[in-house]
Amino acid sequence: MKINDVILRTVTKAVVFIILTLGIYLFFAGHHAPGGGFIGGLVLASGIVLLYLAYDIETVHKGMPFDFKKVAALGVLLATGTAVGSLFFDVPFLTQTYTYINVPIFGKMGFSTVTIFEAGVALTVVGVVVTIILSISEDE
Amino acid sequence: MLTILIAILLPFVGAALIPLLYRRLRRVTHLGWFVLSVPLLLFILLIRYIPQVAKGKTFIHTYEWIPSFNINFTTYLDGLSMIFGLLITGVGSLVILYSIFYLSTKESLHHFYCYLLLFMGAMLGVVFSDNLMVLYTFWELTSVSSFLLIAFWHHRKASRAGAKKAMMITVFGGLSMLAGFLMLYVASNTFSIRDIVANVAVIRDHALFTPALILILLGAFTKSAQFPFHIWLPDAMEAPTPVSAYLHSATMVKAGIYLVARFSPVFGGEAIWFWLVSIIGLVTLFWGSFNAVRQTDLKALLAYSTVSQLGLIMSLFGLGSVGHYYGYAESSIIYTQASFAALFHLVNHSTFKGALFMMVGIVDHEVGTRDIRRLGGLMAIMPVTFTIAVIGSFSMAGLPPFNGFLSKEMFFAAVLAIRDVEAFSIADMGLLFPLIAWVASVFTFVYSMILISRTFLGKLQPEKLDKKLHEAPFGMLISPLILCLFVVGIFFFPNVLGHYILEPAMASIYPTFPTAGELAPHIHAWHGILSPELWMTIAVILIGTILFKTLKKWKPLYRIFSQKYTFNTYYNRLLEMSESGSTKLTRKYMTGNLTHYFIYIYVFFVALIAGYFIWSDAMTFNFDKDSAIESYELILVFVMIFASIWMVFVKGRVTAMLLNGVLGYSVAFFFVIFRAPDLALTQLVVESVTTALFLLCFKYLPDLMPEVPRRSVRWSKALISILVGATVTIVGLAVVHYDRFESVATYFNDSYELAGGSNIVNTILGDFRAFDTMLEVVVLLIAGLGVYTLIKLKPRKEEADHEN
Repeated sequence: MKINDVILRTVTKAVVFIILTLGIYLFFAGHHAPGGGFIGGLVLASGIVLLYLAYDIETVHKGMPFDFKKVAALGVLLATGTAVGSLFFDVPFLTQTYTYINVPIFGKMGFSTVTIFEAGVALTVVGVVVTIILSISEDE
Repeated sequence: MLTILIAILLPFVGAALIPLLYRRLRRVTHLGWFVLSVPLLLFILLIRYIPQVAKGKTFIHTYEWIPSFNINFTTYLDGLSMIFGLLITGVGSLVILYSIFYLSTKESLHHFYCYLLLFMGAMLGVVFSDNLMVLYTFWELTSVSSFLLIAFWHHRKASRAGAKKAMMITVFGGLSMLAGFLMLYVASNTFSIRDIVANVAVIRDHALFTPALILILLGAFTKSAQFPFHIWLPDAMEAPTPVSAYLHSATMVKAGIYLVARFSPVFGGEAIWFWLVSIIGLVTLFWGSFNAVRQTDLKALLAYSTVSQLGLIMSLFGLGSVGHYYGYAESSIIYTQASFAALFHLVNHSTFKGALFMMVGIVDHEVGTRDIRRLGGLMAIMPVTFTIAVIGSFSMAGLPPFNGFLSKEMFFAAVLAIRDVEAFSIADMGLLFPLIAWVASVFTFVYSMILISRTFLGKLQPEKLDKKLHEAPFGMLISPLILCLFVVGIFFFPNVLGHYILEPAMASIYPTFPTAGELAPHIHAWHGILSPELWMTIAVILIGTILFKTLKKWKPLYRIFSQKYTFNTYYNRLLEMSESGSTKLTRKYMTGNLTHYFIYIYVFFVALIAGYFIWSDAMTFNFDKDSAIESYELILVFVMIFASIWMVFVKGRVTAMLLNGVLGYSVAFFFVIFRAPDLALTQLVVESVTTALFLLCFKYLPDLMPEVPRRSVRWSKALISILVGATVTIVGLAVVHYDRFESVATYFNDSYELAGGSNIVNTILGDFRAFDTMLEVVVLLIAGLGVYTLIKLKPRKEEADHEN
């Protein structure tokens, strides 16, 4: 059965970029404003899921040749890695730190190790959500 | 003092690198050459510390891990951990060198070396940790990694059974040890072993002291395969021989010995400690050597001999604990010599048992069997292997000029000296100690002789062997030859070992004793013609030879011990019973019906939450400060009520799902109204993603079946759902005024100062409760992989029958 999904595909082309941008924005905004790794990751994942719904798996895979299981594993590695990493600076497990640096063009910007931790969370969320949805949809 | 941290971490890093290296190196060379560098490097690192440790210096470094629970990653290097560290890395290097020639590149080497490095790292972690919790973590990691090693040839049923048995018994002991550690913590308020040793006078009067002692000993006994937990060790021989050589000579089983030695300053001097350690040790010594004689498999024979030798070391530590009872005095030095003999024999045992296991591996590898009924006459064909066997066995039997003779003599001296102790009412049992020790030594002599003569002497039976016979390749012989060099070398220069290695370890076992050489006696090979030890040895050789010559006549004696009533039978029966029992029990509640599961969950939920609120009298409602309810909030509430009631009566899945979506989005609206954009956003996205998921799943499901349950069932379901709803509502109302706990609101106000972020939700997730988040992420990954494997890796019919 061939479904006529011209409208969905056209809308998707425009909307996916907005969703992905929103996801990335949410991820970085998380420290001081609503957002963060979990939500950012979820939004990114929902954008990717939308792509899979509008197009078929092969087409999307050509554009995004990631193994999402590995993305999730990388996320966990980042999250636990920052936790263990603090040990090497002689501070307790999971200690996070932050600082402000003056960057040209952008001005004063906050940098924090939490961002790495949150990136791990985001990657895990994206990886796991997409893996689950893909494997369920591919099931014969 | 970063070295020790590196020593613990390096094997783990190596294990992590193996999958990467394996692909590159597979065609070029044997993976083992790379792996060999890890223990070799660590061994050299450790050797550099010997002079300083010999001077009585200890190295300690603390990394704060979970300081709020007193759990810190404290590495500690003293004489005792030095011995074990050297054994683990030294014998480890030789074992890996040996395995390069033993295992062909056709085996899944990357798995093998990955497990081996994990195991090595875990063992180093056990001996270098000062914190009890960290020690426990590594302890269980050794159980897990040895499980993987024993089950390396997992297509064989015996390997799997052996691995399971080892895991069951050692983990059982490990858990009881954990309970003992926690009791010690309650008594001493510290997890640090050094602090516990320092405060031992205070802890000794605590009510939990004796239970902790017994539980910790249980951990040590299971790990060190003491009677009656020894049954796992012979089955562990199903592992590849390099692994057996490693497990039996230098590592796994020595962990229990380490624990006993480490806790000697804490528990030594207690009567119960003395009796348990020395009697269990002696019984194990006797039972192991007695049973080794009847074995027909070379590896099984060596496994029982390991059991027996471990019993010997254990009993010596028990005898040595008398020194703690008397405290430091001229007269108590004679008892501390038992501990010295234990450490000495520990090292000796590692050398000769390692060599013997490798020797058996060579025989197995080159001849194709380990059955002594088929072997014989190999001396002419394998002269080097024969030499290794003679050196190892003679040392094991306690004959000069090999190192086993020295420690065996000291063992006899210790059991003789113990007769004079007046404490613990030993005097009544006085003669029993030397008697058991002597009888066990006779059997040790007999099985050592069997090992040599049945394999290498006598007539060659080529018709019973499948392979063409020749001497092993040189590479395989290097490692056992090096160990044999130690066996002989230690005999001629025992005091080098005694001074540099054993003496600092004695200082760790007897911290209250002044050390300057007094604790480490000068080791003599010759005690004079009148020493009773010498006569005991001569008698062992005489009686042992007679028994060995008349073996055929008295071996039927073993038939008295029916195979029906062995500990193995009881273990198997226990296993069967627990399996069938738990299956029956599980079948009762795991019905496979989702409705039932929901009923359990909700009933427990209501009972716990509502029960707690009623029990603690927390049901206080106060609506004074609540803000007024707006009209649009009311509308939302009515929409939600309408949707949820409708959902119960719909027939189609898609309709129900959409109604569920209405509920979710309405909740998101509430979050918006109450200014929680984070939550609203999360709720919206989760709702959207789950809707997509449901759509995908529902494609494959049949339509909803019209279900007409009985009236009583329907009513009970309705009752449960109403109770759940009521509980949530009441808790929601009551919790606003709940004041049993201190408010965490201050954290939220200070989130910027404390965590550097002004978004409270995010600082909770990323900082205040980051441990939760970290594990949550791991759980998420595991759940994802679980879904993936369930769906993708369904075994096909023919594959499902593959298990043998």
